[in-house]
Amino acid sequence: MRNRILLLVLLSFTFVFSVSAHEDPTAGHEAEHGKFDPGATAIHHISDANVFSILDAVRIPLPMILKSDQGWDIFSSGKFAPGHHEDGANAYNGYVMHHGSVYRVSEAGFPMEGLIPVNGFVHKEELVNNKNRDFYFVKYQDKEYRLDARTTLDGGILGGGFTSFMDFSMTKNVVSMILVSLFLFWLFRKAAQRYRTNPDKAPRGIQGLLEPLILFIRDEVAIPFIGDRYMKYFPLLLSIFFFILGLNLWGQVPFLGSVNVTGSLTVTMVLAILVFIIVNINGNKHYWGHIFWMPGVPVPIRILLACVEVMALFIKPLTLMLRLAGNISAGHIAILSFVGLIFIFGKSGESLAGSLVGTAVSVPLTMFMMVIELIVAFVQAFVFTILTASYIGAAIEEAHPEAAH
Amino acid sequence: MFSLVTFTPFQPTPGLAIWSLVIFLIFWYIVSKFAFKPIAEALEKREEDIQNAMDAAKKTKEEMANMKAENEKLLAEAREERSKIIQEAKDIKNQMISEAKDKAKEEANKIVANAVTEIESLKRTAFTEVKNEIGTMALSIAEKVIKKELQGDANQEAFVNTLVKDIHLN
Repeated sequence: MRNRILLLVLLSFTFVFSVSAHEDPTAGHEAEHGKFDPGATAIHHISDANVFSILDAVRIPLPMILKSDQGWDIFSSGKFAPGHHEDGANAYNGYVMHHGSVYRVSEAGFPMEGLIPVNGFVHKEELVNNKNRDFYFVKYQDKEYRLDARTTLDGGILGGGFTSFMDFSMTKNVVSMILVSLFLFWLFRKAAQRYRTNPDKAPRGIQGLLEPLILFIRDEVAIPFIGDRYMKYFPLLLSIFFFILGLNLWGQVPFLGSVNVTGSLTVTMVLAILVFIIVNINGNKHYWGHIFWMPGVPVPIRILLACVEVMALFIKPLTLMLRLAGNISAGHIAILSFVGLIFIFGKSGESLAGSLVGTAVSVPLTMFMMVIELIVAFVQAFVFTILTASYIGAAIEEAHPEAAH
Repeated sequence: MFSLVTFTPFQPTPGLAIWSLVIFLIFWYIVSKFAFKPIAEALEKREEDIQNAMDAAKKTKEEMANMKAENEKLLAEAREERSKIIQEAKDIKNQMISEAKDKAKEEANKIVANAVTEIESLKRTAFTEVKNEIGTMALSIAEKVIKKELQGDANQEAFVNTLVKDIHLN
Protein backbone atom coordinates (compact mmCIF):
# COMPACT_ATOMS: atom_id res chain seq x y z
CA MET A 1 0.00 0.00 0.00
CA ARG A 2 2.90 2.39 0.76
CA ASN A 3 4.41 1.79 -2.66
CA ARG A 4 1.05 2.40 -4.25
CA ILE A 5 0.65 5.76 -2.54
CA LEU A 6 4.16 6.75 -3.62
CA LEU A 7 3.30 5.83 -7.19
CA LEU A 8 0.15 7.89 -6.96
CA VAL A 9 2.05 10.94 -5.76
CA LEU A 10 4.65 10.56 -8.51
CA LEU A 11 2.04 10.18 -11.18
CA SER A 12 0.20 13.23 -9.92
CA PHE A 13 3.22 15.32 -10.83
CA THR A 14 3.32 14.09 -14.40
CA PHE A 15 1.25 17.04 -15.52
CA VAL A 16 3.38 18.45 -18.29
CA PHE A 17 3.68 22.19 -18.38
CA SER A 18 5.10 22.29 -21.86
CA VAL A 19 1.72 23.56 -23.04
CA SER A 20 2.05 26.84 -21.21
CA ALA A 21 5.69 27.09 -22.26
CA HIS A 22 4.56 27.05 -25.83
CA GLU A 23 4.85 30.35 -27.64
CA ASP A 24 1.89 32.33 -28.84
CA PRO A 25 0.92 30.50 -32.00
CA THR A 26 -0.03 33.50 -34.05
CA ALA A 27 2.02 36.26 -32.48
CA GLY A 28 3.81 38.73 -34.68
CA HIS A 29 2.77 37.69 -38.11
CA GLU A 30 0.10 38.35 -40.61
CA ALA A 31 -1.34 35.03 -41.63
CA GLU A 32 0.02 34.53 -45.11
CA HIS A 33 0.47 31.29 -46.95
CA GLY A 34 3.99 30.27 -47.74
CA LYS A 35 5.60 31.37 -44.48
CA PHE A 36 5.70 28.43 -42.08
CA ASP A 37 4.70 28.96 -38.49
CA PRO A 38 5.23 25.70 -36.56
CA GLY A 39 3.30 26.85 -33.53
CA ALA A 40 0.22 27.91 -35.44
CA THR A 41 0.37 24.73 -37.52
CA ALA A 42 0.56 22.56 -34.42
CA ILE A 43 -2.35 24.36 -32.76
CA HIS A 44 -4.32 24.18 -35.98
CA HIS A 45 -3.78 20.43 -36.18
CA ILE A 46 -4.75 19.62 -32.62
CA SER A 47 -7.78 21.91 -32.54
CA ASP A 48 -11.25 20.58 -32.92
CA ALA A 49 -12.58 21.01 -36.45
CA ASN A 50 -15.85 21.01 -38.32
CA VAL A 51 -14.36 18.87 -41.06
CA PHE A 52 -12.49 15.57 -40.82
CA SER A 53 -9.32 16.02 -42.88
CA ILE A 54 -7.05 13.09 -43.57
CA LEU A 55 -3.61 13.95 -45.01
CA ASP A 56 -4.79 17.23 -46.57
CA ALA A 57 -6.39 15.04 -49.25
CA VAL A 58 -9.65 13.56 -47.98
CA ARG A 59 -12.04 16.00 -46.34
CA ILE A 60 -15.10 14.36 -44.82
CA PRO A 61 -17.84 16.95 -44.25
CA LEU A 62 -19.52 16.86 -40.84
CA PRO A 63 -22.97 18.00 -39.69
CA MET A 64 -23.18 21.61 -38.57
CA ILE A 65 -25.63 22.53 -35.81
CA LEU A 66 -25.42 26.26 -35.13
CA LYS A 67 -27.49 28.61 -33.00
CA SER A 68 -27.47 32.38 -33.39
CA ASP A 69 -29.97 35.13 -32.69
CA GLN A 70 -31.29 34.32 -36.18
CA GLY A 71 -32.23 30.81 -35.01
CA TRP A 72 -30.90 27.32 -35.68
CA ASP A 73 -28.91 26.37 -38.78
CA ILE A 74 -28.38 22.72 -39.54
CA PHE A 75 -26.42 21.77 -42.65
CA SER A 76 -23.36 19.84 -43.82
CA SER A 77 -19.93 21.46 -43.58
CA GLY A 78 -19.45 20.38 -47.19
CA LYS A 79 -21.39 23.56 -48.06
CA PHE A 80 -18.28 25.59 -47.12
CA ALA A 81 -16.25 23.63 -49.71
CA PRO A 82 -13.18 23.44 -47.43
CA GLY A 83 -9.85 23.44 -49.23
CA HIS A 84 -6.20 23.81 -48.23
CA HIS A 85 -5.75 24.63 -44.51
CA GLU A 86 -9.44 23.82 -44.11
CA ASP A 87 -10.42 27.30 -45.31
CA GLY A 88 -13.90 27.31 -46.77
CA ALA A 89 -14.48 28.74 -50.24
CA ASN A 90 -18.09 29.61 -49.45
CA ALA A 91 -20.08 31.36 -46.79
CA TYR A 92 -23.43 29.86 -45.84
CA ASN A 93 -26.12 31.84 -44.00
CA GLY A 94 -23.42 34.15 -42.71
CA TYR A 95 -21.15 31.35 -41.49
CA VAL A 96 -17.70 30.68 -42.92
CA MET A 97 -15.00 28.06 -42.29
CA HIS A 98 -11.47 29.14 -41.45
CA HIS A 99 -8.76 26.71 -40.32
CA GLY A 100 -11.42 24.05 -39.98
CA SER A 101 -13.49 26.04 -37.50
CA VAL A 102 -16.77 27.77 -38.09
CA TYR A 103 -16.96 31.56 -37.77
CA ARG A 104 -19.85 33.95 -38.19
CA VAL A 105 -19.71 37.30 -39.95
CA SER A 106 -20.52 39.99 -37.39
CA GLU A 107 -20.18 43.09 -39.53
CA ALA A 108 -23.14 44.57 -41.37
CA GLY A 109 -23.19 44.56 -45.14
CA PHE A 110 -22.36 40.91 -45.66
CA PRO A 111 -25.18 38.87 -47.23
CA MET A 112 -26.39 36.61 -44.38
CA GLU A 113 -28.55 34.36 -46.50
CA GLY A 114 -27.61 31.47 -48.75
CA LEU A 115 -24.37 30.23 -50.30
CA ILE A 116 -21.90 33.06 -51.10
CA PRO A 117 -18.36 32.54 -52.50
CA VAL A 118 -15.68 34.35 -50.45
CA ASN A 119 -12.11 35.38 -51.31
CA GLY A 120 -10.08 34.17 -48.38
CA PHE A 121 -9.32 35.26 -44.83
CA VAL A 122 -7.22 37.88 -43.07
CA HIS A 123 -5.75 37.65 -39.59
CA LYS A 124 -5.10 40.82 -37.57
CA GLU A 125 -4.07 41.62 -34.04
CA GLU A 126 -5.74 44.36 -32.09
CA LEU A 127 -5.07 45.75 -28.66
CA VAL A 128 -7.94 44.95 -26.32
CA ASN A 129 -7.52 45.82 -22.62
CA ASN A 130 -3.74 46.22 -23.20
CA LYS A 131 -3.56 42.69 -24.61
CA ASN A 132 -3.07 41.60 -28.17
CA ARG A 133 -6.11 39.71 -29.38
CA ASP A 134 -6.44 37.80 -32.64
CA PHE A 135 -9.19 38.78 -35.00
CA TYR A 136 -10.16 37.19 -38.26
CA PHE A 137 -11.77 38.79 -41.29
CA VAL A 138 -13.33 37.30 -44.36
CA LYS A 139 -12.67 38.94 -47.75
CA TYR A 140 -15.71 39.40 -49.92
CA GLN A 141 -15.91 41.69 -52.95
CA ASP A 142 -12.71 43.57 -51.94
CA LYS A 143 -14.06 44.32 -48.51
CA GLU A 144 -13.11 42.72 -45.20
CA TYR A 145 -15.78 41.67 -42.76
CA ARG A 146 -15.06 40.93 -39.11
CA LEU A 147 -15.69 37.36 -37.94
CA ASP A 148 -16.94 36.06 -34.62
CA ALA A 149 -15.52 32.79 -33.23
CA ARG A 150 -17.85 30.30 -31.58
CA THR A 151 -18.92 30.89 -28.00
CA THR A 152 -16.51 29.39 -25.47
CA LEU A 153 -16.87 29.13 -21.71
CA ASP A 154 -13.38 30.29 -20.69
CA GLY A 155 -14.52 33.84 -19.93
CA GLY A 156 -11.79 35.35 -22.08
CA ILE A 157 -8.88 33.74 -20.21
CA LEU A 158 -7.97 31.61 -23.18
CA GLY A 159 -8.95 34.12 -25.83
CA GLY A 160 -12.59 33.10 -26.13
CA GLY A 161 -15.86 34.23 -24.66
CA PHE A 162 -19.52 34.70 -25.52
CA THR A 163 -20.09 35.68 -29.13
CA SER A 164 -22.98 35.97 -31.55
CA PHE A 165 -23.44 32.20 -32.05
CA MET A 166 -23.03 28.80 -30.43
CA ASP A 167 -21.65 25.73 -32.15
CA PHE A 168 -23.34 22.43 -31.30
CA SER A 169 -21.97 20.68 -34.39
CA MET A 170 -20.80 17.14 -34.56
CA THR A 171 -17.17 18.09 -34.82
CA LYS A 172 -14.12 15.91 -35.48
CA ASN A 173 -13.89 15.23 -31.75
CA VAL A 174 -17.56 14.32 -31.44
CA VAL A 175 -17.36 11.94 -34.40
CA SER A 176 -14.17 10.44 -32.96
CA MET A 177 -15.87 9.88 -29.61
CA ILE A 178 -18.83 8.20 -31.27
CA LEU A 179 -16.59 5.99 -33.42
CA VAL A 180 -14.34 5.00 -30.55
CA SER A 181 -17.33 4.34 -28.26
CA LEU A 182 -18.97 2.15 -30.88
CA PHE A 183 -15.72 0.29 -31.52
CA LEU A 184 -15.18 -0.27 -27.77
CA PHE A 185 -18.78 -1.40 -27.36
CA TRP A 186 -18.38 -3.88 -30.23
CA LEU A 187 -15.09 -5.12 -28.75
CA PHE A 188 -16.39 -5.62 -25.22
CA ARG A 189 -19.69 -7.03 -26.37
CA LYS A 190 -17.78 -9.69 -28.29
CA ALA A 191 -15.64 -10.47 -25.27
CA ALA A 192 -18.72 -10.56 -23.02
CA GLN A 193 -20.44 -13.01 -25.35
CA ARG A 194 -17.46 -15.33 -25.12
CA TYR A 195 -17.64 -15.15 -21.35
CA ARG A 196 -21.32 -16.06 -21.56
CA THR A 197 -21.12 -18.85 -24.12
CA ASN A 198 -17.85 -20.40 -22.93
CA PRO A 199 -17.65 -19.67 -19.23
CA ASP A 200 -15.50 -22.72 -18.53
CA LYS A 201 -12.96 -22.24 -21.30
CA ALA A 202 -9.63 -20.43 -21.17
CA PRO A 203 -9.75 -16.85 -22.57
CA ARG A 204 -9.12 -16.56 -26.29
CA GLY A 205 -8.77 -13.80 -28.89
CA ILE A 206 -10.20 -10.42 -27.89
CA GLN A 207 -11.17 -11.84 -24.52
CA GLY A 208 -7.55 -12.76 -23.89
CA LEU A 209 -6.44 -9.25 -24.88
CA LEU A 210 -8.94 -7.43 -22.69
CA GLU A 211 -8.98 -9.68 -19.65
CA PRO A 212 -5.53 -8.69 -18.33
CA LEU A 213 -6.51 -5.01 -18.62
CA ILE A 214 -9.84 -5.59 -16.88
CA LEU A 215 -8.17 -7.64 -14.15
CA PHE A 216 -5.47 -4.99 -13.80
CA ILE A 217 -8.08 -2.29 -13.22
CA ARG A 218 -9.91 -4.54 -10.79
CA ASP A 219 -6.95 -5.86 -8.79
CA GLU A 220 -4.67 -2.80 -8.86
CA VAL A 221 -7.20 0.03 -8.93
CA ALA A 222 -10.72 -0.89 -7.85
CA ILE A 223 -10.15 -3.34 -4.99
CA PRO A 224 -7.13 -1.64 -3.32
CA PHE A 225 -8.76 1.80 -3.31
CA ILE A 226 -12.46 1.05 -2.92
CA GLY A 227 -12.45 -2.27 -1.13
CA ASP A 228 -15.20 -4.85 -0.94
CA ARG A 229 -17.87 -2.61 -2.41
CA TYR A 230 -15.87 -2.11 -5.60
CA MET A 231 -18.47 -3.85 -7.79
CA LYS A 232 -20.76 -0.79 -7.74
CA TYR A 233 -18.07 1.48 -9.19
CA PHE A 234 -16.16 -1.08 -11.25
CA PRO A 235 -18.12 -0.50 -14.50
CA LEU A 236 -17.59 3.27 -14.13
CA LEU A 237 -13.85 2.83 -13.64
CA LEU A 238 -13.64 0.50 -16.64
CA SER A 239 -15.70 2.94 -18.73
CA ILE A 240 -13.43 5.86 -17.82
CA PHE A 241 -10.28 3.85 -18.40
CA PHE A 242 -11.20 2.42 -21.76
CA PHE A 243 -12.92 5.61 -22.99
CA ILE A 244 -9.78 7.64 -22.30
CA LEU A 245 -7.40 4.94 -23.48
CA GLY A 246 -9.34 4.37 -26.69
CA LEU A 247 -9.42 8.08 -27.49
CA ASN A 248 -5.75 8.53 -26.56
CA LEU A 249 -4.77 5.77 -28.94
CA TRP A 250 -7.17 6.91 -31.65
CA GLY A 251 -5.48 10.33 -31.52
CA GLN A 252 -2.11 8.73 -32.11
CA VAL A 253 -2.92 6.84 -35.27
CA PRO A 254 -0.67 8.52 -37.83
CA PHE A 255 -2.29 10.23 -40.84
CA LEU A 256 -5.74 10.15 -39.25
CA GLY A 257 -5.87 13.89 -38.68
CA SER A 258 -4.21 13.76 -35.20
CA VAL A 259 -7.51 13.80 -33.40
CA ASN A 260 -7.09 15.43 -29.99
CA VAL A 261 -10.20 14.47 -28.01
CA THR A 262 -8.64 13.72 -24.62
CA GLY A 263 -6.32 16.69 -25.12
CA SER A 264 -9.24 19.07 -25.38
CA LEU A 265 -10.13 20.60 -22.07
CA THR A 266 -13.88 20.40 -22.71
CA VAL A 267 -13.89 16.60 -22.75
CA THR A 268 -11.67 16.22 -19.70
CA MET A 269 -13.75 18.87 -17.94
CA VAL A 270 -16.92 16.88 -18.53
CA LEU A 271 -15.26 13.71 -17.24
CA ALA A 272 -13.82 15.52 -14.21
CA ILE A 273 -17.18 17.12 -13.35
CA LEU A 274 -18.84 13.71 -13.65
CA VAL A 275 -16.25 12.22 -11.29
CA PHE A 276 -16.73 15.17 -8.92
CA ILE A 277 -20.50 14.58 -8.83
CA ILE A 278 -20.20 10.81 -8.39
CA VAL A 279 -17.62 11.16 -5.61
CA ASN A 280 -19.61 13.75 -3.67
CA ILE A 281 -23.07 12.22 -3.95
CA ASN A 282 -21.56 9.00 -2.58
CA GLY A 283 -19.68 10.75 0.21
CA ASN A 284 -20.70 9.48 3.65
CA LYS A 285 -20.80 11.15 7.06
CA HIS A 286 -17.22 10.16 7.77
CA TYR A 287 -16.04 11.84 4.53
CA TRP A 288 -17.91 15.12 5.07
CA GLY A 289 -16.90 15.10 8.74
CA HIS A 290 -13.26 15.01 7.73
CA ILE A 291 -13.76 17.89 5.33
CA PHE A 292 -15.70 20.35 7.46
CA TRP A 293 -14.91 19.39 11.04
CA MET A 294 -11.75 17.31 11.27
CA PRO A 295 -12.04 15.24 14.44
CA GLY A 296 -9.24 15.14 16.98
CA VAL A 297 -7.60 18.51 16.35
CA PRO A 298 -8.04 21.90 18.11
CA VAL A 299 -10.81 24.17 16.87
CA PRO A 300 -8.65 26.83 15.15
CA ILE A 301 -6.91 24.13 13.16
CA ARG A 302 -10.27 22.61 12.34
CA ILE A 303 -11.34 25.88 10.73
CA LEU A 304 -8.06 26.11 8.82
CA LEU A 305 -8.34 22.49 7.71
CA ALA A 306 -11.92 23.01 6.59
CA CYS A 307 -10.76 25.82 4.28
CA VAL A 308 -7.97 23.64 2.86
CA GLU A 309 -10.26 20.62 2.47
CA VAL A 310 -12.96 22.63 0.71
CA MET A 311 -10.35 23.95 -1.70
CA ALA A 312 -9.04 20.42 -2.22
CA LEU A 313 -12.59 19.33 -3.02
CA PHE A 314 -12.49 21.49 -6.16
CA ILE A 315 -8.78 21.23 -6.91
CA LYS A 316 -9.04 17.44 -7.24
CA PRO A 317 -11.30 17.47 -10.33
CA LEU A 318 -9.42 20.52 -11.64
CA THR A 319 -6.13 18.60 -11.63
CA LEU A 320 -7.83 15.58 -13.19
CA MET A 321 -9.05 17.81 -16.00
CA LEU A 322 -5.77 19.66 -16.58
CA ARG A 323 -3.44 16.66 -16.25
CA LEU A 324 -5.09 14.60 -18.95
CA ALA A 325 -5.70 17.45 -21.41
CA GLY A 326 -2.22 18.88 -20.82
CA ASN A 327 -0.40 15.60 -21.32
CA ILE A 328 -2.20 14.60 -24.46
CA SER A 329 -2.08 18.05 -26.05
CA ALA A 330 1.60 18.39 -25.15
CA GLY A 331 2.39 15.06 -26.76
CA HIS A 332 0.56 16.02 -29.93
CA ILE A 333 2.31 19.39 -30.05
CA ALA A 334 5.71 17.76 -29.53
CA ILE A 335 5.16 15.33 -32.39
CA LEU A 336 3.87 18.06 -34.69
CA SER A 337 6.80 20.30 -33.74
CA PHE A 338 9.27 17.58 -34.60
CA VAL A 339 7.55 17.06 -37.92
CA GLY A 340 7.66 20.86 -38.33
CA LEU A 341 11.48 20.68 -38.13
CA ILE A 342 11.47 19.44 -41.72
CA PHE A 343 9.80 22.65 -42.85
CA ILE A 344 11.95 24.87 -40.63
CA PHE A 345 15.23 23.38 -41.85
CA GLY A 346 13.94 23.32 -45.41
CA LYS A 347 12.88 26.98 -45.21
CA SER A 348 9.32 26.00 -46.21
CA GLY A 349 10.41 24.10 -49.29
CA GLU A 350 13.10 26.54 -50.58
CA SER A 351 16.05 24.37 -49.57
CA LEU A 352 16.09 20.69 -50.48
CA ALA A 353 19.29 19.98 -48.51
CA GLY A 354 17.77 21.62 -45.45
CA SER A 355 14.65 19.48 -45.84
CA LEU A 356 16.78 16.35 -45.94
CA VAL A 357 18.67 17.37 -42.79
CA GLY A 358 15.36 18.23 -41.17
CA THR A 359 13.96 14.82 -42.08
CA ALA A 360 17.03 13.06 -40.72
CA VAL A 361 16.62 14.89 -37.44
CA SER A 362 12.84 14.76 -37.34
CA VAL A 363 12.16 11.07 -38.02
CA PRO A 364 14.06 9.62 -35.03
CA LEU A 365 12.76 12.35 -32.74
CA THR A 366 9.18 11.81 -33.90
CA MET A 367 9.46 8.04 -33.51
CA PHE A 368 10.87 8.49 -30.03
CA MET A 369 8.05 10.89 -29.15
CA MET A 370 5.46 8.48 -30.53
CA VAL A 371 6.77 5.72 -28.29
CA ILE A 372 6.62 8.10 -25.32
CA GLU A 373 3.10 9.07 -26.34
CA LEU A 374 2.06 5.44 -26.47
CA ILE A 375 3.22 5.05 -22.88
CA VAL A 376 1.54 8.33 -21.94
CA ALA A 377 -1.73 7.10 -23.48
CA PHE A 378 -1.79 4.16 -21.06
CA VAL A 379 -0.33 6.04 -18.10
CA GLN A 380 -2.78 8.93 -18.32
CA ALA A 381 -5.80 6.65 -18.72
CA PHE A 382 -4.52 4.68 -15.72
CA VAL A 383 -3.83 7.83 -13.66
CA PHE A 384 -7.28 9.26 -14.32
CA THR A 385 -8.85 5.93 -13.31
CA ILE A 386 -6.72 5.36 -10.22
CA LEU A 387 -7.34 8.91 -8.98
CA THR A 388 -11.06 8.50 -9.57
CA ALA A 389 -10.93 5.25 -7.60
CA SER A 390 -8.99 6.90 -4.78
CA TYR A 391 -11.48 9.81 -4.57
CA ILE A 392 -14.41 7.39 -4.50
CA GLY A 393 -12.60 5.22 -1.96
CA ALA A 394 -12.03 8.23 0.29
CA ALA A 395 -15.67 9.29 -0.04
CA ILE A 396 -17.18 5.93 0.89
CA GLU A 397 -14.58 4.85 3.45
CA GLU A 398 -16.07 3.98 6.82
CA ALA A 399 -14.60 5.27 10.06
CA HIS A 400 -11.92 3.03 11.49
CA PRO A 401 -12.81 2.35 15.10
CA GLU A 402 -9.25 1.25 15.93
CA ALA A 403 -7.57 4.34 14.43
CA ALA A 404 -8.09 6.85 17.22
CA HIS A 405 -7.30 10.36 16.07
CA MET B 1 -9.18 40.80 -16.92
CA PHE B 2 -6.06 38.81 -17.65
CA SER B 3 -5.71 36.72 -20.74
CA LEU B 4 -3.40 33.90 -21.73
CA VAL B 5 -2.64 32.82 -25.26
CA THR B 6 -5.40 31.83 -27.60
CA PHE B 7 -5.18 28.09 -27.20
CA THR B 8 -8.21 26.59 -28.87
CA PRO B 9 -7.91 23.01 -27.54
CA PHE B 10 -8.23 24.43 -24.03
CA GLN B 11 -11.23 26.62 -24.75
CA PRO B 12 -14.25 24.87 -23.27
CA THR B 13 -17.06 24.94 -25.81
CA PRO B 14 -20.65 24.21 -24.82
CA GLY B 15 -21.29 22.13 -27.94
CA LEU B 16 -18.44 19.71 -27.35
CA ALA B 17 -19.29 19.63 -23.61
CA ILE B 18 -22.87 18.53 -24.28
CA TRP B 19 -21.82 16.01 -26.91
CA SER B 20 -19.08 14.48 -24.77
CA LEU B 21 -21.38 14.32 -21.75
CA VAL B 22 -24.12 12.59 -23.75
CA ILE B 23 -21.70 10.23 -25.51
CA PHE B 24 -19.90 9.28 -22.31
CA LEU B 25 -23.13 8.74 -20.35
CA ILE B 26 -24.56 6.51 -23.10
CA PHE B 27 -21.23 4.68 -23.42
CA TRP B 28 -21.07 4.20 -19.65
CA TYR B 29 -24.64 2.91 -19.42
CA ILE B 30 -24.59 0.61 -22.45
CA VAL B 31 -21.11 -0.81 -22.02
CA SER B 32 -21.64 -1.34 -18.29
CA LYS B 33 -24.93 -3.08 -18.82
CA PHE B 34 -24.02 -5.23 -21.80
CA ALA B 35 -20.32 -5.84 -21.33
CA PHE B 36 -18.59 -4.78 -18.13
CA LYS B 37 -21.11 -6.16 -15.66
CA PRO B 38 -21.42 -9.57 -17.34
CA ILE B 39 -17.64 -9.75 -17.75
CA ALA B 40 -16.98 -8.77 -14.13
CA GLU B 41 -19.54 -11.30 -12.92
CA ALA B 42 -18.15 -14.01 -15.21
CA LEU B 43 -14.65 -13.31 -13.91
CA GLU B 44 -15.82 -13.51 -10.32
CA LYS B 45 -17.71 -16.70 -11.00
CA ARG B 46 -14.76 -18.25 -12.77
CA GLU B 47 -12.44 -17.39 -9.94
CA GLU B 48 -14.92 -18.86 -7.50
CA ASP B 49 -15.15 -22.02 -9.63
CA ILE B 50 -11.38 -22.33 -9.75
CA GLN B 51 -11.18 -21.88 -5.99
CA ASN B 52 -13.94 -24.44 -5.47
CA ALA B 53 -12.25 -26.92 -7.79
CA MET B 54 -8.96 -26.49 -5.98
CA ASP B 55 -10.64 -26.87 -2.62
CA ALA B 56 -12.45 -29.99 -3.85
CA ALA B 57 -9.20 -31.47 -5.17
CA LYS B 58 -7.51 -30.81 -1.87
CA LYS B 59 -10.42 -32.33 0.01
CA THR B 60 -10.44 -35.38 -2.26
CA LYS B 61 -6.73 -35.83 -1.74
CA GLU B 62 -7.21 -35.67 2.00
CA GLU B 63 -10.08 -38.12 1.78
CA MET B 64 -7.97 -40.46 -0.33
CA ALA B 65 -5.20 -40.31 2.24
CA ASN B 66 -7.72 -40.97 4.99
CA MET B 67 -9.21 -43.86 3.07
CA LYS B 68 -5.79 -45.37 2.48
CA ALA B 69 -4.94 -45.18 6.15
CA GLU B 70 -8.30 -46.69 6.99
CA ASN B 71 -7.80 -49.49 4.47
CA GLU B 72 -4.44 -50.30 5.96
CA LYS B 73 -5.92 -50.27 9.39
CA LEU B 74 -8.71 -52.57 8.23
CA LEU B 75 -6.22 -54.86 6.57
CA ALA B 76 -4.12 -55.05 9.70
CA GLU B 77 -7.23 -55.72 11.74
CA ALA B 78 -8.29 -58.45 9.33
CA ARG B 79 -4.88 -60.02 9.48
CA GLU B 80 -4.99 -59.99 13.26
CA GLU B 81 -8.49 -61.41 13.20
CA ARG B 82 -7.40 -64.16 10.85
CA SER B 83 -4.48 -65.20 13.00
CA LYS B 84 -6.72 -65.04 16.02
CA ILE B 85 -9.31 -67.27 14.33
CA ILE B 86 -6.65 -69.70 13.23
CA GLN B 87 -5.25 -69.81 16.75
CA GLU B 88 -8.70 -70.40 18.15
CA ALA B 89 -9.37 -73.14 15.64
CA LYS B 90 -6.12 -74.78 16.57
CA ASP B 91 -6.97 -74.57 20.22
CA ILE B 92 -10.42 -75.99 19.62
CA LYS B 93 -8.95 -78.80 17.53
CA ASN B 94 -6.48 -79.69 20.20
CA GLN B 95 -9.13 -79.49 22.83
CA MET B 96 -11.45 -81.65 20.82
CA ILE B 97 -8.75 -84.19 20.20
CA SER B 98 -7.83 -84.32 23.85
CA GLU B 99 -11.47 -84.45 24.84
CA ALA B 100 -12.10 -87.26 22.40
CA LYS B 101 -9.11 -89.10 23.68
CA ASP B 102 -10.29 -88.70 27.25
CA LYS B 103 -13.76 -89.76 26.34
CA ALA B 104 -12.53 -92.78 24.44
CA LYS B 105 -10.33 -93.76 27.30
CA GLU B 106 -13.18 -93.36 29.72
CA GLU B 107 -15.47 -95.31 27.44
CA ALA B 108 -12.94 -98.06 27.11
CA ASN B 109 -12.45 -98.14 30.81
CA LYS B 110 -16.16 -98.28 31.29
CA ILE B 111 -16.52 -101.11 28.77
CA VAL B 112 -13.73 -102.99 30.43
CA ALA B 113 -15.27 -102.41 33.81
CA ASN B 114 -18.65 -103.59 32.58
CA ALA B 115 -17.12 -106.65 31.05
CA VAL B 116 -15.34 -107.43 34.27
CA THR B 117 -18.54 -107.02 36.24
CA GLU B 118 -20.43 -109.15 33.80
CA ILE B 119 -17.80 -111.78 33.78
CA GLU B 120 -17.84 -111.71 37.60
CA SER B 121 -21.61 -112.08 37.72
CA LEU B 122 -21.62 -114.79 35.06
CA LYS B 123 -18.89 -116.61 36.93
CA ARG B 124 -20.86 -116.33 40.09
CA THR B 125 -24.04 -117.51 38.39
CA ALA B 126 -22.16 -120.35 36.79
CA PHE B 127 -20.60 -121.31 40.10
CA THR B 128 -23.98 -121.19 41.81
CA GLU B 129 -25.45 -123.37 39.10
CA VAL B 130 -22.54 -125.76 39.22
CA LYS B 131 -22.80 -125.83 43.04
CA ASN B 132 -26.51 -126.47 42.82
CA GLU B 133 -25.99 -129.14 40.16
CA ILE B 134 -23.22 -130.76 42.11
CA GLY B 135 -25.42 -130.52 45.28
CA THR B 136 -28.34 -132.11 43.49
CA MET B 137 -26.09 -134.79 41.92
CA ALA B 138 -24.40 -135.48 45.33
CA LEU B 139 -27.79 -135.56 47.00
CA SER B 140 -29.22 -137.93 44.48
CA ILE B 141 -26.10 -140.06 44.75
CA ALA B 142 -26.25 -139.88 48.56
CA GLU B 143 -29.98 -140.55 48.44
CA LYS B 144 -29.45 -143.52 46.37
CA VAL B 145 -26.60 -144.61 48.65
CA ILE B 146 -28.49 -143.93 51.85
CA LYS B 147 -31.69 -145.26 50.37
CA LYS B 148 -29.87 -148.30 49.79
CA GLU B 149 -28.28 -148.40 53.23
CA LEU B 150 -30.51 -146.53 55.49
CA GLN B 151 -33.92 -146.55 54.17
CA GLY B 152 -35.95 -143.74 55.80
CA ASP B 153 -33.49 -142.81 58.53
CA ALA B 154 -34.24 -139.24 59.53
CA ASN B 155 -30.97 -138.68 61.42
CA GLN B 156 -29.00 -139.79 58.51
CA GLU B 157 -30.82 -137.50 56.21
CA ALA B 158 -30.26 -134.47 58.54
CA PHE B 159 -26.62 -135.34 58.76
CA VAL B 160 -26.30 -135.60 55.01
CA ASN B 161 -27.94 -132.22 54.53
CA THR B 162 -25.45 -130.75 57.03
CA LEU B 163 -22.67 -132.21 55.03
CA VAL B 164 -24.05 -130.89 51.78
CA LYS B 165 -24.23 -127.46 53.31
CA ASP B 166 -20.64 -127.63 54.32
CA ILE B 167 -19.49 -128.27 50.78
CA HIS B 168 -17.80 -125.14 49.52
CA LEU B 169 -17.07 -125.04 45.93
CA ASN B 170 -14.00 -123.06 45.69
